[in-house]
Amino acid sequence: MPRVVFTSNLQRHVACPECDVHGGTVAQALEAVFADAPQVRDYVLDEQGHVRRHVVVFVDGQRIADRERLTDIVTPGSEICVLQALSGG
Amino acid sequence: MSDRLFVATRKGLFTVQRRNGRWQQAPEPAFLGDPVTAVLPDARDGTLYAALNLGHFGVKMRRSKDGGKTWDEQAAPTYPPQPEGAPGAPWKLVQVWTLETGGADEPGVLWAGTIPGGLFRSQDRGATWSLQRSLWDRPERPEWSGGGYDAAGIHSICIDPRDSRSITVAVSTGGVWQSRDRGETWACRATGMRAAYMPPDRQNDPNVQDVHRMVACRSNPDVLWAQHHNAVFRSTDYASSWQEVEKPALSCFGFGVVVDPDDANIAWFVPAIKDEQRVPVGGQLAVTRTRDGGRTFDVLREGLPAAPAYDLVYRHGLDIDATGERLAIGSTTGGLWISDNRGDSWQCISAHLPPVYAVRFDA
Repeated sequence: MPRVVFTSNLQRHVACPECDVHGGTVAQALEAVFADAPQVRDYVLDEQGHVRRHVVVFVDGQRIADRERLTDIVTPGSEICVLQALSGG
Repeated sequence: MSDRLFVATRKGLFTVQRRNGRWQQAPEPAFLGDPVTAVLPDARDGTLYAALNLGHFGVKMRRSKDGGKTWDEQAAPTYPPQPEGAPGAPWKLVQVWTLETGGADEPGVLWAGTIPGGLFRSQDRGATWSLQRSLWDRPERPEWSGGGYDAAGIHSICIDPRDSRSITVAVSTGGVWQSRDRGETWACRATGMRAAYMPPDRQNDPNVQDVHRMVACRSNPDVLWAQHHNAVFRSTDYASSWQEVEKPALSCFGFGVVVDPDDANIAWFVPAIKDEQRVPVGGQLAVTRTRDGGRTFDVLREGLPAAPAYDLVYRHGLDIDATGERLAIGSTTGGLWISDNRGDSWQCISAHLPPVYAVRFDA
């Protein structure tokens, strides 16, 4: 199962411990997280479902390419890191 | 007079309170480190609202029912799904720029003005918000543009104390818009304004006017004042027409304006050198006041720092309390001053706050 890890700076605002979830894409993995912790969604995605401008998502060390539909592939051994982008200050 | 002032800053929400004749800063700000873009004390039920704009994680709303001791997270306004090819700015909330209560006869009703230009209404003390599609879907709205931001924003909301259904809002940049039916229909009400930054044949277009801040007089709501990008305007007919103040003191440029709640002829401003510099005139912070509807002005500097002082006061960085006696200004360089005598003299409360976005007296 892919593992999802959130920046500790997000933990300051909302509880989001790292977790193992089902899913073959970033979208599916994050939806699985939001199903258990719906309050996390608005911190990571905007109201159009896109990754927030100053949030960055990595899969196995690579920045995801599709920030709007989150179609990047994840594998059972993947680690998805949700981090703050330095562009956000 | 109001003895408590909320100060929304780049790094948290600070509170100063007057006790035993002295202003004291609360030892701990709320939301330390987080930008607070708007704060609203609701006199109708004592609730306190704050809008945060987290650098990474978006706009968040907080509500306190105990005067700011504890805060709960509330839903933020959200834009609906953006249709393919919709003109104008992306339908994404960038900032809550202003918060206002509905009328005294509308308990729990709140209004939020936002960037990129959406007006939102809540009927349940901020638990849920709805975009006012009647204004958002106006064909003129995609023509609005950003004034200092990438997209346009609503920064001023005036609810008519005579009739809560009547709402006047100001847009940077998009003029003044008014509804008489609680937001079902809207009309642009910026006739008489002049936009010096536009090509000659567009300067009088009401929909391009860059109003920086607009306020209405509580006791005479037909009178509104507007600090505009290149002028000060005043309306005496409920925004049906606007007249330019001929000679504002120091500069026609500035952001903030407040009006005496009991005398529509008295208003205060914090002028600055116009857009290419945006610093106080002569490097000397000053408040100006008219007592005759804009014909003449006093320049008020007693208690404000001597030159050089490059404190700039943003549009919500000037407030007046309900008595009209006490005023406050907060600056981009972290200065905070309060006047107890209608601006004649000022007391420095702090010179070392984070950049101040808004000051607001407790209701």
